[in-house]
Amino acid sequence: MSVDKETVKKIASLSRIAVTEAEADALVPELNNILGWVEQLGEVDCSKVEPMTAVIPNKLRLRDDVVSDGNVRDKVLANAPVAEHGFFGVPKVIE
Amino acid sequence: MAEIYELGIAAIRSGVADGDFTAKEVAETFIDRVSAAKSLNAVLVETPDHALAAAEVTDKAKAAGETLGKMAGVPVGMKDLFCTEGVATTAGSLILDGFTPQYESTVSANLFKAGAGMLGKLNMDQFAMGSSNETSAFGNVISPWRRNDGGNTDLAPGGSSGGSAAVVSGRICPAATGTDTGGSIRQPAAFVGITGFKPTYGRCSRWGTIAFASSLDQAGPMAHDVRDCAIMLESMAGFDPKDSTSLDLPVPEWEAGLKSDLTGKRIGIPKEYRVDNMPPEIDALWQKGIEWLKDAGAKIVDVSLPHTKYALPAYYIIAPAEASSNLARYDGVRYGMRDLPDGAGLQDMYAATRESGFGPEVKRRIMIGTYVLSAGYYDAYYTQAQKVRTLISQDFDKAWESCDLLLTPTAPSAAFGLGEKTDDPLAMYLNDVFTVPSSLAGLPAMSVPAGLDGQGLPLGLQIIGKALDEQGVFNAGLALEERAGFVAKPEQWW
Repeated sequence: MSVDKETVKKIASLSRIAVTEAEADALVPELNNILGWVEQLGEVDCSKVEPMTAVIPNKLRLRDDVVSDGNVRDKVLANAPVAEHGFFGVPKVIE
Repeated sequence: MAEIYELGIAAIRSGVADGDFTAKEVAETFIDRVSAAKSLNAVLVETPDHALAAAEVTDKAKAAGETLGKMAGVPVGMKDLFCTEGVATTAGSLILDGFTPQYESTVSANLFKAGAGMLGKLNMDQFAMGSSNETSAFGNVISPWRRNDGGNTDLAPGGSSGGSAAVVSGRICPAATGTDTGGSIRQPAAFVGITGFKPTYGRCSRWGTIAFASSLDQAGPMAHDVRDCAIMLESMAGFDPKDSTSLDLPVPEWEAGLKSDLTGKRIGIPKEYRVDNMPPEIDALWQKGIEWLKDAGAKIVDVSLPHTKYALPAYYIIAPAEASSNLARYDGVRYGMRDLPDGAGLQDMYAATRESGFGPEVKRRIMIGTYVLSAGYYDAYYTQAQKVRTLISQDFDKAWESCDLLLTPTAPSAAFGLGEKTDDPLAMYLNDVFTVPSSLAGLPAMSVPAGLDGQGLPLGLQIIGKALDEQGVFNAGLALEERAGFVAKPEQWW
């Protein structure tokens, strides 16, 4: 499988990364080079193999359903590029 | 007596405890070393006040006759992937420009609790994606090492923990934290002639460590020698309820358990690690390593890890896939930079912010990760890679039936010059050929400096152990260290 320029632009859009036409052109061979190389995995017979989910056997722990953190609004907002009235500020979403 | 700046963790700790010097003198010595090493570009933020405050606590505790912590009086360098409360943290990326964590990572907090201070935040490959420290948004780290050809070519310190490697080998910090996703502790340690240890996945909490590939990321120490790594890892590791994959196990006393007599141990030599184009010097060093371990009482056995050649391609699907998900959080809303073009809406702001905030390698990996996880390709790429990962892990399980530890080279070459490999991402990826398989399997592994090549540059040997057998890895590392007698240091030119 290889990607063309339209696919690159679609991936960039899904990744929320703006690309210019020239960047998209440059990315086509770069991504195809990497994808072509990883495709050698296709030659491994994995028909009877389960995909790995945890490298070290480890059950997901459950904790008591109680509040254990919070009340740190100002700390959460401390690094926001724009914070107003105790909220994150973002540009208008609906025109 | 050696100058203070030449000392490692164990020597500083006992010097402070015995009253040979104060923690304050140690901190001041290394603060000066840090500020005199600016030309290496290894330190992004200097934190002398932090180191001095920790030293003061240690000196007071000593004066009061209190028991000192395991790292008391030892100032360390902190890879900039660890969030440090009140100290700017960027992961080497512009997208985190201006980010000042409001909390402390578990690993750094554990070190501080053990008495360590912090000298500064260390440069690194952007989001730990790189093998030469050339993807940092804040410039290359220059290795303290130079070739013995009389030239002054700037060399890569390895990556992604390149700043950590540079400061420890240049005796600018006595030790430093690193993180290892596919070799980012071990490969730079090998490039600069220091010791670096990646523990079993889950030993060190990932909480507060900026995420790259969560199923692979592990913190570990980078230090002068095996003993120093054991001391520092004891202080970094431990169960943390805030990390869902943290191992709920006591931290063994690895330093107290150090023993270089390997009688009864079987060391496996994986034949698949004898790769094409391996420099003869590295092959010869590997042979020496075999002899050294035999001399320490170990039995050498040949083993096969048949899926080794698929480890790198599997890694370059799994790690970007996880990264594309983890790095989705950088949206220009909650922290770091925001790029808001005139009249832009929310979606355009995301795209513009991420376009200007991420470097080329990070973008490349996010896009590869997005592609392999996208509808229609998920099974062919991601699921297949996770299945191959199972096979790689099973290869190790099978090897453990006939051996206890594995001995391999750490990297397929010595340090290369800055700029020599940046044009070809695939050539750069191949640097991790020996370190990635054990990362995919979550196994403990370390690099020990073992010799110099013809150009006078360090080469490392790697020990890989069974899950949770850090002690076995440390002990075999110690046996190598004692026999290799590696004492070479870069001559100070900076």
